[in-house]
Amino acid sequence: MPNPDASGHWGEFGGRFVPEALIAALDELEAAHTAALADPAFTAELEQLGREYGNLPSPLYFAERLSEEAGVEVWLKREDLNHTGAHKIRNVLGQALLTKRMGKRRIIAETGAGQHGVASATAAAYFGLECTVYMGEEDTRRQALNVARMRLLGAEVVPVTTGSRTLKDAMNEALREWVASVDHTHYLIGSVGGPAPFPQLVRDYCRGIGDEARAQFLERTGALPDVVAACVGGGSNAMGIFTAFLEDESVKLFGFEAGGDGYDTGRHAATITAGQIGVLHGARTFVLQDEDGQTIESHSISAGLDYPGVGPEHAHLAATGRAVYEPVDDAEAMAALEKLARTEGIICAIESAHGLAGALRLAKGLKAGSRVLVNLSGRGDKDMGNVVEYFGFAGAPEKSGE
Amino acid sequence: MHAADAFAKTKAEGRAALVGYLPAGYPTLADSIKAVDIMIDHGADMIELGLPYSDPVMDGPAIQKAADQALAGGFRTRQVFEVTEAVAGRVPILVMTYWNLVERYGVDRFARDFAAAGGAGLITPDLIPDEAGEWIEASDAYGLDRVFLVAPSSTEERIVSTVAACRGFVYAQSVMGVTGARAATSAVAPALVERTRRHTDLPIGVGLGVRSGDQAAEIGAYGDAVIVGSAIVNCYLDAPDIPTGHQRLAELTADLAEGVRR
Repeated sequence: MPNPDASGHWGEFGGRFVPEALIAALDELEAAHTAALADPAFTAELEQLGREYGNLPSPLYFAERLSEEAGVEVWLKREDLNHTGAHKIRNVLGQALLTKRMGKRRIIAETGAGQHGVASATAAAYFGLECTVYMGEEDTRRQALNVARMRLLGAEVVPVTTGSRTLKDAMNEALREWVASVDHTHYLIGSVGGPAPFPQLVRDYCRGIGDEARAQFLERTGALPDVVAACVGGGSNAMGIFTAFLEDESVKLFGFEAGGDGYDTGRHAATITAGQIGVLHGARTFVLQDEDGQTIESHSISAGLDYPGVGPEHAHLAATGRAVYEPVDDAEAMAALEKLARTEGIICAIESAHGLAGALRLAKGLKAGSRVLVNLSGRGDKDMGNVVEYFGFAGAPEKSGE
Repeated sequence: MHAADAFAKTKAEGRAALVGYLPAGYPTLADSIKAVDIMIDHGADMIELGLPYSDPVMDGPAIQKAADQALAGGFRTRQVFEVTEAVAGRVPILVMTYWNLVERYGVDRFARDFAAAGGAGLITPDLIPDEAGEWIEASDAYGLDRVFLVAPSSTEERIVSTVAACRGFVYAQSVMGVTGARAATSAVAPALVERTRRHTDLPIGVGLGVRSGDQAAEIGAYGDAVIVGSAIVNCYLDAPDIPTGHQRLAELTADLAEGVRR
């Protein structure tokens, strides 16, 4: 199992760059997580919860018409069919169950577009935990529907008005709040970032994506895929699907970062592609930063990928060459989103469309009949506002995005 | 000058040291230099220059706002050396910084340039000794103080390893929470100082939440240094103009300095 070293590092990445005040809680969390995974009662409860409540395992779907167009076999891991509409339910169910096990009564979470916030609020409602979600003020306005969902689920939503008022500031605020309430509160972090043990812990709860997909793929095709592709923001869905394949040398792993307006414009969220190592939100990893190390605001049409850092295990996989990371810009992602809708009748999340777009681009260089597994990490209902705006669907005569 | 020089003096006078914090570049570059002079003139024994950072997770609203303003004003990391050089010589000057800024500048290069400017050492709120190998090496090479934090949640084991890595003094974070002036000081701080003292002869500074001479006197009764940050920043944040801020800072520092001398 590709775990970090005892101090939470993968090579030079990861670690704990946090106030001493949080170290005891991180130690406690690490011990609790390790014990929980070794406890059959815990894993059985989580498995049952996933099956009966989360709609897991998610299906593996052969996208026949899309494959005909692409010239390769395109297989989709349908995480969009999970409860709450994305892979994120896996992480929140795992961490919420762990919260109960640790005897804490409250969770806090950060959210960008609101998907992780909704998932956290869902888990909190299910387990009867108090829940506070930090969300950039700007995002609370743009994603009013998700704010309403969280409130309906009983969570408190706190608009964050500091810094750039985006996801990174929501994370700052969650960390600040955690320092003050750590005795009874768990920080339910939304991706494979943050100080150790979070990157490993979130990966462990998301890795079911790849474990299931690998078994499903072998069962359906008798072989492993040639390529596994996923979008990467913080990188939880990508680590979730990559982990099962890390030791399968024949399987190429591709992560697709948000290229925003185009990587060359500088307005993007392609953190690994940009290649600057730094420390952000508790871990050493690749960071979008200026010459002095001040964080630079990221840009993407996809709120879920719009983050200036990336999980440290991805940084390590990139540095060692085990996985390859490339940018996919807004236009390419939106074209893939439309293509999937029209060939397969599936409207995916804009995040997931980045992974699909990258896979379709890659397909052009692959042998005919190659097998490509794409993590379709979420559904697109939440993105219809963006879709309407991008394709000009509202009222005016229809125009194609292609 | 190093932290030890200030503590030698305050110990001889039988009192705690007063440490004033202000982000370099706030309210402006020139005025941050002036503000440090005002603090020293009115009784500060040591200065902590904050290095403004885009993502200050340990700081409350006052210091965040000041840092944002300094950055919006174009503040660059290297300017902290200008400020240090301008104010060094009368009292020890430490820099309190989030780690990415130092790492980005280059740990060895930062230590070299800061030492050359007359700086005493660094306080590193998001760097624990476990991650500090490069900094420990550089601070040894350039003879700089290195101040790590202990917190109410620190285990005995961590207090032992943290104080062993410190030089100059140990920073006791007196409340579980971010920086910010509070009406009441912490009830857990005396216990933390007491626990820490069992494992070190280094002076122990107590920070987070101090805003008055009375609180300074209270903390000075058990801590070796009283660290004041947000209340100092508030002198400018709440003032109609910078000269008024300077005036308020002079009054506040005098009050605090009187507090540690009670």
